[in-house]
Amino acid sequence: MSKNDNSIYNRALLFSIVAAVTVLIGTIATVFVPMFTEGMHPKVDGLKPYTALELAGRDVYQAEGCVNCHSQVIRPLKADVLRYGQYSKAGEYAYDRPFLWGSKRTGPDLARIGGKYPDEWHIQHFESPQAFYPKSNMPPYPWFKEKQVNVKETLARMDALSFPYTEEEAAELEGATELDAMIAYMQVLGTSIAKEALIEIDESMIEAESPVKGDADAIALGKKLYKAECSGCHGQIAEGNIGASLVDYAEFEPLDTDTYITIANGFEGAMPGYAAKFSKEKIWAIVEYINSLK
Amino acid sequence: MNEYQYDYKTVQGFVLSAIFWGVIGLVAGLLISAQMWSADLNFGEYLSFGRLRTFHTNVLAYGLGIGAEFGLFYYITMRLTKKPFVLPKLARLHLWLFNIGVGAAGLSLLIGMNTSLEYAEFEWPFDVAIVILWVMFAINILGNIFTRKEKHLYVSLWYIIATVITVAILYIVNNLAIPATLTKSYHLFAGVNSANVEWWYGHNAVGFLFTTPILAMFYYFLPKSTGLPLFSHRLSIISFWSLIFAYLWTGAHHLVYTPLPDWIQTLAIAFTLFLIAPSWGSVVNGYFTVDKDWSKMSTNYLTKFFIVGITFYGLQTIQGPSQGIRVISSLIHYTDWVPGHVHMGTMGWVTMVICASIYYALPAMYKTTIFSEKIANTHFWLVLVGQVMFSITMWITGIQQGAMWKMTAADGTLQYTFMEGLVRNYPYWQMRTASGLIFVVGMLFFIYNVLMTIQKGKKNLAKLQEA
Ligand code: HEC
Ligand code: HEC
Ligand code: HEM
Repeated sequence: MSKNDNSIYNRALLFSIVAAVTVLIGTIATVFVPMFTEGMHPKVDGLKPYTALELAGRDVYQAEGCVNCHSQVIRPLKADVLRYGQYSKAGEYAYDRPFLWGSKRTGPDLARIGGKYPDEWHIQHFESPQAFYPKSNMPPYPWFKEKQVNVKETLARMDALSFPYTEEEAAELEGATELDAMIAYMQVLGTSIAKEALIEIDESMIEAESPVKGDADAIALGKKLYKAECSGCHGQIAEGNIGASLVDYAEFEPLDTDTYITIANGFEGAMPGYAAKFSKEKIWAIVEYINSLK
Repeated sequence: MNEYQYDYKTVQGFVLSAIFWGVIGLVAGLLISAQMWSADLNFGEYLSFGRLRTFHTNVLAYGLGIGAEFGLFYYITMRLTKKPFVLPKLARLHLWLFNIGVGAAGLSLLIGMNTSLEYAEFEWPFDVAIVILWVMFAINILGNIFTRKEKHLYVSLWYIIATVITVAILYIVNNLAIPATLTKSYHLFAGVNSANVEWWYGHNAVGFLFTTPILAMFYYFLPKSTGLPLFSHRLSIISFWSLIFAYLWTGAHHLVYTPLPDWIQTLAIAFTLFLIAPSWGSVVNGYFTVDKDWSKMSTNYLTKFFIVGITFYGLQTIQGPSQGIRVISSLIHYTDWVPGHVHMGTMGWVTMVICASIYYALPAMYKTTIFSEKIANTHFWLVLVGQVMFSITMWITGIQQGAMWKMTAADGTLQYTFMEGLVRNYPYWQMRTASGLIFVVGMLFFIYNVLMTIQKGKKNLAKLQEA
C-alpha cells in the first residue's frame, strides 16, 4: 500500500507513540488540567465529612448497587426542581468518593432525600417498598435489619478517608445494623445547604373554603390520590400508621384551609409537602376525601 | 509459513470462553429485565436487582466482549504479522487467568464488592489483576507487531494498537483508589472530579472496548469474508486518526446539566457532534467496499452480518451525538431511552460483528466450512428482530417517561407523580423481556452452530493429519 518505507504505517513503534499522544491530548485538556483548578474542588460551608454510621450506610448503598436505579443529582431544570428540590451544587459533593450521581432514574432522585421522611418510613420502606406503592419495582431489603455493621472494618474505612470521629462515635457503631446505617446516610443526603421551601402555601393563596364541598367526583379523585400517595403513611383506610389517623382527624372537623395547608406544606422530617406535586384541584379533592371520612 | 505453528488453541479457547460468559451474562440480563416489572423476582440478597444488574453488564463487557476481543485480536494479529505468538505459553496462561478472573470478579459483585463506578465496579484487587492480564495480552500483541514479518501495518492493526494503549491509560487512571481494606477502596478523586474522571473513562470504554476493537474486526473480516478489497485506504486513515483524537474529549456529555463546570460540558458536546464524521468514515468505507458487488448480500451469508452491524454502528453514532445536545439530554437522560441506545450498540453492532468474525475465523482455523449456513441465517434474523424490538420499545417508553417527568399542569405544578410515570413503563419492559428472549434464542442457534463446526473441524484436522 504505502510506497514510502518510512511511512508511519510501516513503523510500529512510531505509530504507537503517535497514537498514545493523540489520545492523551483530549485527556489532558478535559481531565488532567481541570483536576488542578479550583473549580473542581468546591465545598459548601455546611458540608461535613460523613460520620462512621453514615459512611457505613453509604458503603451499603454502593454494595447493593442502588446507583443503578437512583440518581443523586438534581438538574437546574424546572421539573427536576419541582419534583426533587433545589438543584445540586458542586460543593455539596466534596467528600463523595466516588460520586454517586448515577445515570438512570428507575426510581426517584435521592439527592435531597434527607429529612423528607421520618426514620420509621425508611424502616418500613426498606422492609417492603410495595407496602407503600404496590406497583413499585424497588427490591425489598429485609436483610438490612439483621446484618450488623462491622465496627473494625468501618473504622478502617474512616481512617483511609481521613474522616474524623470520636471515641463515642466509634462506640455508637457497636450493635448498629445496616438498616440504621442506611437510614443515617439517607437522612444526611442533601442537607448541607439550608432547605428553602419551593412553594410555601399560606391562607392568602387559597380559597377560604373548599370549592368542591361534598362533590362526589372530587371525593372519588381524592380517594384515588390518597390511596396512591398517602395510604402508606396514614393507612389504607386512613386508620393511621406513621402519620396520624385521618379518620380521627376528620372527627374534629378541621378547617378546610388548615387541611389544605398541611397537605401542601407537609412537616419537615415527618411528611413531605405536595404543593409542587399536586395541582390545586387535586389537593382540594383530597381535602374533600378527608372531610368525607368522619 | 506453516499454518500449524499458529497457536490457534488459545484463540479457540478465548472464543469458547467468551461464549460461555455470554450465556451467563445474557441469562442474568433476562432475569433483571423481568425484575424491572416484577419486584417478586428479586431472590434474596445476592440476586437482587442492584447487584445482578452490575453482574450483567460486567460479565458481558468483560467476559463476552473482551474475551472475544482477546481471542480475535490474537487471531488477527498472528495473521497480519505473519508470525506465531512471541510467547505462546504466556498467551495460554492469559486464557486461564482470564477465565478465573471473570468468574471471581463476577461473584465479587454478587457478594457486594462494588465501587459503584459504572463499568469500573470491580474492587481494587481485581483491578490489579485486570491490569496484569492486560499487560500479558499487550506483550504478545505488541511483541508480534514490533517483530512482524509483514512490513505494512494493515488498518486493523492500527485499531488494535490504539485499543491496547488507550484501554491501559483509561483503566489505570479511573481505578486509582485509596484502599481501605482488602475488599474496599475509595475513588482517589472526589465529587465533581470523580464524576469527570469516571465519565471520561466510561465514554471511552465505549470507544475503546466497543468501537475500536470491533472496527479492527470489521476492517479485517469484511474484506476476508467477501473477498472484496477495502474501498479506501485514505478514508480509513482519516477516520482512524480523527476518531481516536476526538473520542477522549467527549466524556462529559454524560454529565449534561450536572454541577460539572459548564465549559467542560460544552467542550464535550462540541466534540461529541464532531464524532459523527469519523464514525461515518468507517460506515461509508464498509458500504462502498460491498458496493463493488451487492449480490454478496445474498450469495455470501456473512456479508449481511457485517453490513447490518455497521449500519447499527452508523445509527448509533448519529443517535449518540444527538443525545449529547443539551435540550435532548434534558428529555432522555435518566430514562430508558439510554438502554435503548446502549443495546443497539452492544447487541446490534458489537455482538453482530463478533459473531460474524467467529463464523469466519473458526472454520478457517479448522480448515473446514461452517456447519450450517441455514442455522447462521436463522441466528441472524432472530438477533436482528430481538435487537430492533428491544431498542424501539425502550425509545418509546424513554420518551414517554421523560415527557411525564417534565409535564406541568396549568398552575405550574407537576402533572404526574413518580409512580404514575413508573407504571406506564411496565408494558414496554415486558416487551423488552420478550425481545431479549428472542435475541437469546438467536444466540443459542449461534452457539449450536459454533459447537458443531468445531466437531466437524476436529474430524477434518484429524483426517488432514493422517493424509
Ligand atoms: C429496581 C430499581 C431500584 C433499586 C435497585 C432501588 N430502588 Fe429505591 N426506589 C425505586 C423506585 C421505583 C422507587 C419509587 C417507589 C417506591 O418508593 O418504592 C424507589 C424509592 C426509593 C426511596 C424513596 C424516594 C422518595 O423520594 O420517595 C428511597 C429512599 C430509596 N428508593 C432508596 C433505595 C436504596 C437505598 C436502594 C439500595 C439499597 C434502592 N432504593 C434500590 C427503585 C429502586
Ligand atoms: C412519610 C409519611 C407521610 C406521608 C406520605 C403523608 N403523611 Fe400526612 N402526616 C404524616 C405525619 C408523620 C404527620 C404528622 C404528625 C402526626 O402524626 O400527627 C402527618 C400529618 C398529616 C395531617 C394532619 C393530621 C393531624 O392530626 O394534624 C394530614 C391532614 C395529613 N397528614 C394528610 C396527608 C395526605 C393527604 C397525604 C398524601 C397526599 C399525606 N398526609 C402523606 C406522615 C405522612
Ligand atoms: C459517536 C458515537 C457515540 C456517541 C457520541 C454516543 C453518545 C452517548 C451519550 C451522549 C450517552 C449518554 C446518554 C445519557 O445518559 O443521557 C451514551 C450512552 C451510552 N452509549 Fe453511546 N454514543 C456513541 C456510540 C456508542 C456505541 C457504539 C456504543 C456501544 C457499542 C455505545 C454505548 C453506550 C453505553 C453503554 C451508554 C450508557 C452509559 C450509561 O450507563 O449511562 N454508544 N452514548
